[in-house]
Amino acid sequence: MIEEKTVILRTEHLKAFYLLEVHGTQKTVKAVNDVDIQIYENEIYGIAGESGCGKTTLLKTLFGEIVPPLRLIDGKIFYRIDDDEVDVSRMKSEAKRKLRMEYISYIPQGSMSVFNPVLKIKGTFADFIGSHVHGQSRAEIFELARERILELGLPKNVLDVYPHQLSGGMRQRVTIALAASLNPRIMIGDEPTTALDVVVQRGVIQMLKDIQKNLKNTIVLVTHDMGVHANIADRIGIMYAGKLIEEATTEKIFAQPLHPYTQFLINSLPKFGDKSMRDSVPGSPPSLADLPTGCPFHPRCPHVKDICRQEMPNFHHLDENHKVACWLVGEA
Amino acid sequence: MDKLLEVNELTKRYSQGNVLARITLTAVDHVSFYIKPAEIFTLAGESGCGKTTTAKLVLGFEEATSGTMLHNGKMQTRREKAWITRGVQAIFQDPFSTFNPLRTVDSYFHETVRNFRLARSKQEAVDRIDQKLRLVGLTYQEFAGKYPNEFSGGQLQRISIARALVTDPKLLIADEPVSMVDASLRMSIVNLFKQLRDELGVSILYITHDLATAYYVSDRIAIMFRGNIVEMGTVEEVLMNPRHPYSQLLRDSIPQVDPEKRWTTTVTLSELEHEEYLRQGCKFAGRCPDVMDICKGVVPADIYIDDVLVKCHKYSGK
Repeated sequence: MIEEKTVILRTEHLKAFYLLEVHGTQKTVKAVNDVDIQIYENEIYGIAGESGCGKTTLLKTLFGEIVPPLRLIDGKIFYRIDDDEVDVSRMKSEAKRKLRMEYISYIPQGSMSVFNPVLKIKGTFADFIGSHVHGQSRAEIFELARERILELGLPKNVLDVYPHQLSGGMRQRVTIALAASLNPRIMIGDEPTTALDVVVQRGVIQMLKDIQKNLKNTIVLVTHDMGVHANIADRIGIMYAGKLIEEATTEKIFAQPLHPYTQFLINSLPKFGDKSMRDSVPGSPPSLADLPTGCPFHPRCPHVKDICRQEMPNFHHLDENHKVACWLVGEA
Repeated sequence: MDKLLEVNELTKRYSQGNVLARITLTAVDHVSFYIKPAEIFTLAGESGCGKTTTAKLVLGFEEATSGTMLHNGKMQTRREKAWITRGVQAIFQDPFSTFNPLRTVDSYFHETVRNFRLARSKQEAVDRIDQKLRLVGLTYQEFAGKYPNEFSGGQLQRISIARALVTDPKLLIADEPVSMVDASLRMSIVNLFKQLRDELGVSILYITHDLATAYYVSDRIAIMFRGNIVEMGTVEEVLMNPRHPYSQLLRDSIPQVDPEKRWTTTVTLSELEHEEYLRQGCKFAGRCPDVMDICKGVVPADIYIDDVLVKCHKYSGK
């Protein structure tokens, strides 16, 4: 992307915590902790991190779906709609509902629970599309759904079967087709390829890439699989314990990872033709309800210094596209 | 040659539908393989290729339609079942559904010790359990009395491996043990398998669709497709130089951790699993890039090329 980049989705000091009451004591789960993220038009942005690092919660807040116990503590989320920046965190729920499917759509992980099990696939399509496209008969909506399905290269008979009759991979692709059916400007995918096997996963990635190419829209993709990110993302943000810790273009992240956590994530993956010993990240991720002081990675970091235990580092910008929050880089 | 487990012409058929419209699916179709002591053998393939059914047959959870299994060169009989269960233990995919959320995890260990009468006193049992837990990097103190929800997925998976080790098994059957575990913790499980093989001489039947870890950890591999083993040999031969078109597709579909090696070609996916299972001739013919007329009618024979078994017409007569 050489042309001028337009920010389509942006957050400012976003903090979203789960406020829970467990056996009479208050617990605060800091799932999204001061995240500033800028996502451009016409790109695939990947978010990587371990389970329990707040990836899914970040997606939920980006989608504007903040329901208790999740609460927006601080910060703002902006969408760019028709050259205007709109603060989503202040929008009414009816206004947000109208944006969904048409402007921003969501691809969930467990595709079985997306579809109504007692309706044929076309029934679910009609429900979703019908709530946004008004003044059309059911037959016209079915026709629209059928066109989209064919455009996306799926067999047209999938509309006439029940969800359980489809294989996992086909169901996931139908879910994506549903999310893309009204040509949204932003699509958000939460681990859409996890739990699929490799050949099907490749088909799903191929489909997402094709959709992005045709619609020239933005896809935000969360997965812990760095191999998937290497294949699809234009830029990658690495999340750890509710914070964004490194962000760069895909080439940079893989060629020159700077944060020790990013290095672990990339180096722990086995490669073909190389049987040398690979270590996983030592220790286990911290509990978001009880974060360590300073940099949250310090208890697992092999290069830990005194300052890491006391203070969270700010972002150090190596260049326009590469920033990292680590005391080992930059000002240290 | 010493063989810990030998499986010959194992077949499992399932019937579906009612009396009027019955179809028979051959989930496992004349599968033969063997596992040597202290060896990691991988069964790989996509979902619905029959790899889990094979594991269930080996574990005795399902009765085979035909075929034989030899443990240490001996036929499995009902009388010997207990002895076999002690020597063959299983690890399952989802560590969260392995353990009952309302039971403490240590109760599973004590139950296993009791079932096989492995200890004479409580202290002996605790010592035995502690020893196995240390192998996976945990201790009895930090684990006793806790419920499954107090552990992370990676820890629970290591606990279930320790549980399987309580009986001192010769063979572990691990059915997709890492697919529910985070990529960052995956290697700790896989490294553990290597360590068990090298230090304790345990053999592992590693069932997975993740060829990257399969390459990293295993000695020999069999690629399964719709109930058949289509290619089998050492990992070096099969994965670095795949011969069967399906193995080639599988190998190419692993996302490479290198943005410069993105896929440039597109793949065709199967639309319905049933159709491929019921196909005459080679089951892969519908998606194969090198399909010939003979593939659609005749089941290919097993051909050996440099000690690698390949089930493909491309190589017949050569």
